[in-house]
Parts: sequence; structure tokens; C-alpha cells
Amino acid sequence: MRHRSSWYKTVIACVITAIMLFPVYWMINISFTQRRSIRSGSIIPVDFTVEHYEEVLSDQLPYLGTSLVIAISCVLVTLLIALPASYAIGILNIGGVRSVNFILVLAQMIPAVVMALGFYQIFNKLGMLDTLRGLILADSTIAVPFAVMLLTSYMVSMPKSLIEAAAIDGASHWSIFTKIVIPLSRNSIVTTALFAFLWAWSDFMFASTLDSGGGKLRPITMGIYDYIGAQNQEWGPMMATAVVASIPTAVLLIVAQKYVAAGVTAGAIKD
Amino acid sequence: MKSIAQHTQQSTVARKKTIAALGFIAPLIIYFIAFYVAPLIQNISMSLHHFTRKSFVTGEAPFVGFDIYKELLSNTEFWITLRQTLLFVVLSIIFQYSIGLLLAVFFNQNFKLSNFLRGLFLVPWLLPPMISGTTWQWIMDADNGILNKLIVALGGNPIWWLQSSHSIWAVIIANIWLGIPFNLVILYSGLQNINNDLYEAASLDGCGPWKRFWNITFPLLKPVTLICLLLGFVYTLKTVDIIWIMTQGSGTSQTLATWSYAMAFGKGHSSTIQYSQASAVGTILILIALVFACVYLWAQRQEEQ
Repeated sequence: MRHRSSWYKTVIACVITAIMLFPVYWMINISFTQRRSIRSGSIIPVDFTVEHYEEVLSDQLPYLGTSLVIAISCVLVTLLIALPASYAIGILNIGGVRSVNFILVLAQMIPAVVMALGFYQIFNKLGMLDTLRGLILADSTIAVPFAVMLLTSYMVSMPKSLIEAAAIDGASHWSIFTKIVIPLSRNSIVTTALFAFLWAWSDFMFASTLDSGGGKLRPITMGIYDYIGAQNQEWGPMMATAVVASIPTAVLLIVAQKYVAAGVTAGAIKD
Repeated sequence: MKSIAQHTQQSTVARKKTIAALGFIAPLIIYFIAFYVAPLIQNISMSLHHFTRKSFVTGEAPFVGFDIYKELLSNTEFWITLRQTLLFVVLSIIFQYSIGLLLAVFFNQNFKLSNFLRGLFLVPWLLPPMISGTTWQWIMDADNGILNKLIVALGGNPIWWLQSSHSIWAVIIANIWLGIPFNLVILYSGLQNINNDLYEAASLDGCGPWKRFWNITFPLLKPVTLICLLLGFVYTLKTVDIIWIMTQGSGTSQTLATWSYAMAFGKGHSSTIQYSQASAVGTILILIALVFACVYLWAQRQEEQ
């Protein structure tokens, strides 16, 4: 009895999931359909082709490379700032966790367009418009508050016996930080890094404003945006680019699903 | 004697600890001032000066006080845009939350494949929003989009989704789709924290599933609900990418955020760059978010009492 009702729920869940993921399927479907058949809207790619992907690989590779460089650098910047800060807040107890978190939440409330406009003027003065380092720094602001909150909440709940033992043995703060706290925080560091990577990879606002004149040194989101801006919209190559640009998402879900779910809830539930 | 020596030793240790802590947090403080406070001040300052393209380059914009804000508040486009923004935010949140809650309760029943399927639900949230926007744009294409084909097959009339008078509905639908996973995951983890004994006790007392939901699940989820609504509000209010990709903020889909973006960078239908107006709209956006954050803090305090 119980078994049968459980199967019935699985079927419903499959249907709901299929509806939810339909747009993603549609993107993949179009990316494999010949140009002449795209408008017919066939539910499977009957008129199959991989030519859109050939086009993407010849056109979009520089953009993909740029995105990769930006996203990895962004992860490094985020961790360099957030890890020591979390150590100070979570282990050395500087400032209340609650009040720091409140400031960080406020920081996240600033709309990206406000940040972009401010950055635009500052970068304009410093000659950092259309540079990779400018975009990397701007992109890192998306992840840093989240990273500090996540890492702090993890370090607060970390067992303190190892740290105390090391302190009694005369270990410096620096060696406690690098030899004990960082290795113990591995899981939350992975979660932080994943999100910092994904957000930098997905960024549209900063790329379209601070790096619009970057030529080939622009991220993949701008590669797709060029297709959208074109007079004659080429849906095949556009969808193929979209599929390729979604690869990090897919990899994340397959390799690191538990870290992803941990990240979504950690930022929100813990205060 | 001994205790005094011990005491001074302790306070030296404490002082050393504070100095070390300051050293560890210094990068964040510097970063925070350079990358949050500075752009914010820059933005507010721009909204108090009359910037044009020329004075942006020369840096000699005259100080005009709150004139830009006054101008903005007497502009009917501002009020229309504000109404559209609220419609976009409120409808998005209501549907994201209620669908997310429904799915969370459903997936909480632990059937075969439930974890796997719930994992797949994360995809829309993890995809770059501009990719989702591009895909929705094609799905909602008036002549060739699959959505209109479905509507016609069901006997309805095709809808010009992305045309100015309907565009707000198009972006709301896409945005709801985008936000469901986030609500699902957070509400699901909230459900996991509810003690199962409560349900069993209620069952023994003869409470049906409907009653159990309203008397146990919903009240106990209140703190999580508050977080969902706050974050949902803040994120939706500042959304630009999905709207911009689908409609370029044209017609009814213009929100305060896309309007500010268009004016700040001379994009879309705003062919002239209006820095001051853009930053004034940006400041108003921050104020709206702050008001909502205060409401949240108030509700949270009520909850704790």
C-alpha cells in the first residue's frame, strides 16, 4: 500500500520536474536544430545538426577563456578577503556575528546598477574601464558578503579544542589560521568558491557596463549579448552558446550538489 | 602578587588577540570601504549634482541639492515605473513563495527519487539569468514561440508576450520560474527542522493533513518564510538582467532598476545618458529596500517575543 502510493508521487514529481526544466530542454533542442527548421518548433531536434556548436567553438572560445579567468580570479579575491575576516569574526570574536551579518546584508541590498554606476565613475578616473582586473574586482563584490557570512557561521560552530590546544602550545594566530582553521573549513570553502565562481560567470550587469569596450577580452555573457543585439537574431548559435555557457552549472550540480544546497540554506537560515 | 602578574599576562594575551583580529579583518574593512562605501557615496553625490555627458568628463557638475529628486517625483514616468516595479516584485514573490512552499511540502514526503528530482529543481536558479532570459525570449516569441503554439493548440489566441503592453507579464512569468528553486530549497530545509513527533501527535489527535499544515507547518515555518520574503524582495527589486535580456525594459516591463540602468548607460530607449537621474533612482531603490528591511526586523522581533 505504502509502496504504491510512493510510486504515484514519484510519477507526479517527474511530471512537475519536466515542466520546470522544459525551458532548459528547449534551449538544448534548438541548439541541435538546423536553421531552416528552428521556426517549426518540433519537440525533438528532427532536423539534427551540430553546426551551431562548430560555429560557437570557432567564435566564442576567447570569451569562454576570459570568463574562466575572471571567475577563477574572482574566487581567489573572494577567499583572500573573506577567509581572514571570518577567522577574526568567528574565532577571535571581533565584533558580534549578528551585527557584522546585518552590515553584510545591508551591503547586499545595494542594487547592482548603483554599484555599476559608482564603479564606472571610479574606474573612469583610475583608467580601469574595460580591463579584466576592474571587472574581477567588481564581480567579487557579488560574493564577498555571502562568503563572509557562510564562512563565519561555519567557524563559529567549529570545535574549539584543537585551536585551544595549539594556542597553549604557543602557536601563532597565523599558524592556527593556516594549519588548523583553513583545513577544517574545507567544505564551506568549497561551497563559497563554487558560488563565487558561478556568480562571476553569470554576471551581466558589470560586464555590460564596465567592460563593454573590452573586445575579445569580454566574458561569455557578452558573447551571447552580441547575438541578441544583432539585427538578424541567430537562434541556433545563440542557444548553442547558451548551452556551452551552462556547462559550469551542470558540472556543479553533478559534482557538488550537496555543497550547493548547503550554500543556499547557510546564507539564509543562520543569523 | 602572583594574581596581579597573572592578570597582566591575561590582559596582554587579550590585547594581542585583539590586535591579531584587527589584522585579520583589515582587508575586509579596506575592501568594504573601497568597493561598497565609495561607489555608494559616489552614487549619492551624483544624484545631488547635475551631471551631463560633458560635465561627467570635465567633472564640473554644479551642485543642485535635491532638485533631481524633485524633478523625478513630479515626473509621471516615475510613478508609472514605481507601480510596475511593485507589481513585478509583489506578484513574483507571491508566486515564487507559494509554489516553492507547495513543492517543498510535496518533496518533504520522501518518495523514490525525491532527492534527485529536487536537485534538478536547482537548475533554473544556477543558470546564468541571461541564458534563461534568452531562452524565455524565444519561448515567448509571438510568431514562432512554443508558448503561443501551445496556446493556439488549446484553442486560444496567440499573445504578443514581449510587446510593450504585455511585457510585464512575460518578465514576471520568467522571474517566477527563476525564483522557485531558491524558495523550494530554503523552505525544504525549514521543513526538515520541524520535529516529526509533532505531526504524529497531531495525527493521533485526529488532525487531517490540511489541519496539520495550517496548525503546525505554516506557523513553524514563519522565521524561514520571513527570510524568504526579505531576500526575495531585495533580489527582485534590483533585478535587471532577466528583464533587460527579454524586453530591454520596454513598455510595461520597465522597473526602477532597468530604468536606472537605461539612463545611466544610455541603453535601450534612453538614448541620452542621464547620470544624475539614474543615481537618484538608484538611491530611491536603496531606500525602498531599507524600508522593507525595517519591516522585516520588526516582524522578526514580534516573532521572537
